[in-house]
Amino acid sequence: MDEEMARDPNVFLLGEDIGAFGGAFKVTDGLMAKYGESRVIDTPISEAGIVGAAAGAAHMGMRPIVELQFIDFISCAYDMLTNYVATARYRAFLPCPMVVRGPSGGYVRGGPFHSQNPEAAFLHTPGLKIVYPSTASDAKGLMKAAVRDEDCVLFFEHKYLYRRVKEVMPEGDHVVPIGKARIAREGTDVSIITYAATVWRALEAAEQLQAEYGISVEVLDLRSLLPLDDEAIEATVRKTNRLLIVHEDTRTGGIAGEITARVSETCFEWLDAPILRVTAADVPLPYSPPLEDYVLPQTSDIVRAVRRLAAY
Amino acid sequence: MARAGKAPARTTGAAGAAARPSDALSREQRITLYRYMRLTRVLEERLVALYRQTKVVGGLFRSLGQEADAVGSAFALEQRDVLSPLIRNLGAMLVKGATPLEVLRQYMAKGDSPTRGRELNIHFGDTEKRNFIGQISHLGDMVPVMAGVTLSFRLRGEERVGLVYIGDGATSTGAFHEGINFAAVQKCPLVVIVENNGYAYSTPTHRQTAAKQFVDKAIGYGIVGVQADGNDVLAVYDVTKEAVHRARRGEGVTLVELMTYRRKGHAEHDNQSYQPVSEIERWAEANDPIDRYVRVLRETQGVSDEEFAAIEAEIVALVDSATDEADASPMPEPTDALVGVYADPAIVPPLWFRASVRSAVDANERAQGWGTYDG
Repeated sequence: MDEEMARDPNVFLLGEDIGAFGGAFKVTDGLMAKYGESRVIDTPISEAGIVGAAAGAAHMGMRPIVELQFIDFISCAYDMLTNYVATARYRAFLPCPMVVRGPSGGYVRGGPFHSQNPEAAFLHTPGLKIVYPSTASDAKGLMKAAVRDEDCVLFFEHKYLYRRVKEVMPEGDHVVPIGKARIAREGTDVSIITYAATVWRALEAAEQLQAEYGISVEVLDLRSLLPLDDEAIEATVRKTNRLLIVHEDTRTGGIAGEITARVSETCFEWLDAPILRVTAADVPLPYSPPLEDYVLPQTSDIVRAVRRLAAY
Repeated sequence: MARAGKAPARTTGAAGAAARPSDALSREQRITLYRYMRLTRVLEERLVALYRQTKVVGGLFRSLGQEADAVGSAFALEQRDVLSPLIRNLGAMLVKGATPLEVLRQYMAKGDSPTRGRELNIHFGDTEKRNFIGQISHLGDMVPVMAGVTLSFRLRGEERVGLVYIGDGATSTGAFHEGINFAAVQKCPLVVIVENNGYAYSTPTHRQTAAKQFVDKAIGYGIVGVQADGNDVLAVYDVTKEAVHRARRGEGVTLVELMTYRRKGHAEHDNQSYQPVSEIERWAEANDPIDRYVRVLRETQGVSDEEFAAIEAEIVALVDSATDEADASPMPEPTDALVGVYADPAIVPPLWFRASVRSAVDANERAQGWGTYDG
């Protein structure tokens, strides 16, 4: 965001406690000192108002980036995003180049309102784009792409990964195109398609499966959820002929269902086994550690599912 | 200073003016007010200790310096009235009958906590006996909910009243506006308390609203608005009691703005870098609601050092035994996560990869660092 603000004076930030305080997770720390109060705007607690104002500014040629303090509060702006922003270009030729970003996801004992993964609620809305990076360099590259995109991009940041994933950042103008998946691990026997924090669980499981059972697992990190990278999805399915989809979101109506349908439409004859899903159970995410651990996908679940696929 | 929409303005703490509702409080009731304020503080201090021992699983929220606004307002309700607390209203919940044991178990994520480990901190309620409804994190949402609660009282002809708290920050939400407006139009028997503690997380009030004071908003909704010193427990009781009376008489909604100050951070992890130290110190030294009320009790009720010491000993003993009991409480059974999403079916079936797995962790061999529960 810093580099994009330096590059383009139209880029500015809106959000609660993002200024001198630097945001609840310190993502915008130092940006107000660098760019001033007019480009890093502390807002009232008004998610619908902030998102709507960002749309208006975007119509006028600005490039707003909205922070939602926790992505769970995106529901407060659901009407603005789905009815106003997503339809603006189609119905009224109004451009909405804006980014709506926020800390997402569980595994942090945050309880039902600080742990959500609401991506599927927006997957069903034509007109929005959705990205959900799992690495620091993808976060940087996708943010640059999102800021430069001509449409609204929902940018999910997994809070479990904020302080755990460390890597040397690529220098220069590192842009990761929206809609392109990444092979996180090459393999030949079974494919796992996933995104965000569960990429790391899948990689952990893949290590274990290789070491203990000699199963070679390919892990595809989607990075973008809307649009989906159909080409990469089809390629990995044609390569391994066995597909497991893993996501932290709940099962019913989750993105795994959409991927399953697409694969069965395009790759049915390439499959040697049914497509399986490892997801959260269909319950609100509970707070207490034994409950949260039970509900969310764990590495052992992925191991179990891959072994079942490999047995076909 | 008080401002009023329709009703005459009143100045808070106006000694020697018209009779105050608190004039009718007995000595024992006045001491009870103190007891709840002090219990709030002792219990929160115990939670801080447990937080530092990592026995509190999630975040910890304090109401230090705001005990009078929570306790004094809730004390103006009857048992049958329904209260909807916010994150700094532990004191109000205690008045409504929440116990230290419940609060401790809830913070410690225990299986026998009021929400059975599903929800955190003071997000819990009891609509069967004690009449308070647990909040969610999405601010403002409880205002329309309480409009509906009190609408049902009106529709059924019950002489019950609702009280909902909202912070200075959450008055900026659409839900607050829609809820208070609807309640006003419907003349619901509802008291809306705006706790103005100066900050919403790091955001000072002047970045939240261009209004000079929140009580001014009452005029726009066509309801009565009053303002009081939130650190004067009797003044809080007085304005709330009058608002409750208006509601019970069928005169609709009152917006009460209570002026107070948040002496701790938004949550325990917050270092308050945005709050001037001198400001915090000034409120602590000159305007602590408990210190102020101790002086009142000494001067007007002749409460002795011995009486205060006895109350203190009783509170500490209560919190001590609750701590031991909560500490010994079991964590929830992992598969309990599948219970209670719907009335019917009462249990969601486990996903296939969890069939016959009691705990996701038992069967798990995972790399270090995922911080999962394996007890």
